[in-house]
Amino acid sequence: MAALAVEVVDLVKHYPTAVAVDGITFSIARGVTAALLGGNGAGKTTTLSILLGLLLPTSGKVRVLGEDMLRQRYRVLPRMNFSSPFVDLPHRLTVRQNLLVYARLYGLPHRLERIEDLARDLQITAFLERPAGKLSAGQKTRVALAKALLNEPELLLLDEPTASLDPDTGDWVRSYLESWRARTRATILMASHNMSEVERLCSDVLMMKAGRIVDRGSPQALIDRYGRTNLEEVFLHIAREPRIELEPAK
Amino acid sequence: MSREIRSSAGRVWAMLLRYLYLLRSSWPRTLELLYWPTLQMLIWGFMSQFLYVNSSYVFRAFGVLLAAVMLWDVLFRGQLGLSMSFLEEMWARNLGHLFVTPLRPYEWVASLLSMSMIRVLLGMMPAALLAIPLYHYSIFSMGLPLVAFFAVLLILGWALGLAICGLILRQGMGAEGLAWTVVFTLSPISCVYYPVSTLPGWLQHVAWTLPSTYVFEGMRAVLFTGIFRTDYLFTALALDVVYIGLGAAVFFIAFNNARRRGALLQMGE
Repeated sequence: MAALAVEVVDLVKHYPTAVAVDGITFSIARGVTAALLGGNGAGKTTTLSILLGLLLPTSGKVRVLGEDMLRQRYRVLPRMNFSSPFVDLPHRLTVRQNLLVYARLYGLPHRLERIEDLARDLQITAFLERPAGKLSAGQKTRVALAKALLNEPELLLLDEPTASLDPDTGDWVRSYLESWRARTRATILMASHNMSEVERLCSDVLMMKAGRIVDRGSPQALIDRYGRTNLEEVFLHIAREPRIELEPAK
Repeated sequence: MSREIRSSAGRVWAMLLRYLYLLRSSWPRTLELLYWPTLQMLIWGFMSQFLYVNSSYVFRAFGVLLAAVMLWDVLFRGQLGLSMSFLEEMWARNLGHLFVTPLRPYEWVASLLSMSMIRVLLGMMPAALLAIPLYHYSIFSMGLPLVAFFAVLLILGWALGLAICGLILRQGMGAEGLAWTVVFTLSPISCVYYPVSTLPGWLQHVAWTLPSTYVFEGMRAVLFTGIFRTDYLFTALALDVVYIGLGAAVFFIAFNNARRRGALLQMGE
């Protein structure tokens, strides 16, 4: 088993009018919760999309769970999953139908039992028969999480996992993710704007700006390094300091 | 069956199930599938009854217009059925979820083709069956040639549908209108209701490049003379191979291009 969950070397993504990712290199150890942190346009979602195989990079190497993501993504896709509040599940299918379709796509053997277990776990049993389009934001997030956990992923990629959730639901989701990771020893890599969420969940933070990784460390290490009191202040400092993008951290 | 083939078939079935759930979730949509072919059949059935006593062309074979309209619907519904299932994914902004699963693009295409066939059969069968008591005409009396005509037109519909889906992947949802319009450009050149000889000479050359023209000429040959033109069938099938190859190429090139542009996550209304 590879020791690294994610290994990215000199990753570049150019669009005709912009450079989204500008030669980043990083790795994520197995079993940790890491975050890509940065402002809008920093390259977080682009990096996640490349890791998921949804986007082809201009150049660079990407290994996920020991496999070359660019050449052998079908060997690794069954072992990972993804959740984002910005990518909906089909609205007119019920929650159960959606989960059944995805369970089949992952080739799960005991689909019905797996869905029942997850539904109980994520407290979505009451609306399994409801169309996915008729759920509240909090319910949608839990259903999306159920979809993302169907195949018991070794690597879970999350894009803004608690965006547009009220504080209570957001806290519930964070607690769930903490306990799920502790139980399964899976790796989580999330892109987030929510600093308190990152401070609470992540042991490793990669600060991105203008397509580069400009710093990296645990939340506390970053707070100490910049002489701030919380991660939000570190984020603001990096976002507003023009020299930082010129001096990427090694 | 090897494990990989079984897994692949399982994923195709998963996608097919997704479209069947969708169809089941809305009875107006299911009704719409039956509505237009039945309405067309009624209009052309009454028209045929009128022309039967007023036109020597229809008098030679009563079913010539009815069979034409039903076979044309195979081509039209075949293309539309594929494009609609594809558009459902666009409207649902679901590609970002689908393509982080082990689903291969060709498996998705296989499910789109299967769903297209189901939609065509659901739409056509009631109309074809209703024509029997209403006009004492059964399209099934054509026998095996009907199966060949059906297959040729369905494959051409798929080819067109794949190319249209590719264009939508390339151009975005602004191009979705193509799904409802492009097929009609084939109608006048395919000579659905009249012989190829009706067209001006230069357009006849264009017409003979379409598999559909061979089908409708072949259909008239069966109905008027009772002769099944196998030469028409084989030419049509050969052209089908070319068109489905082109349609698939457009689709897969556009799909890979969408991966390069990052459009799979953003594609939607």
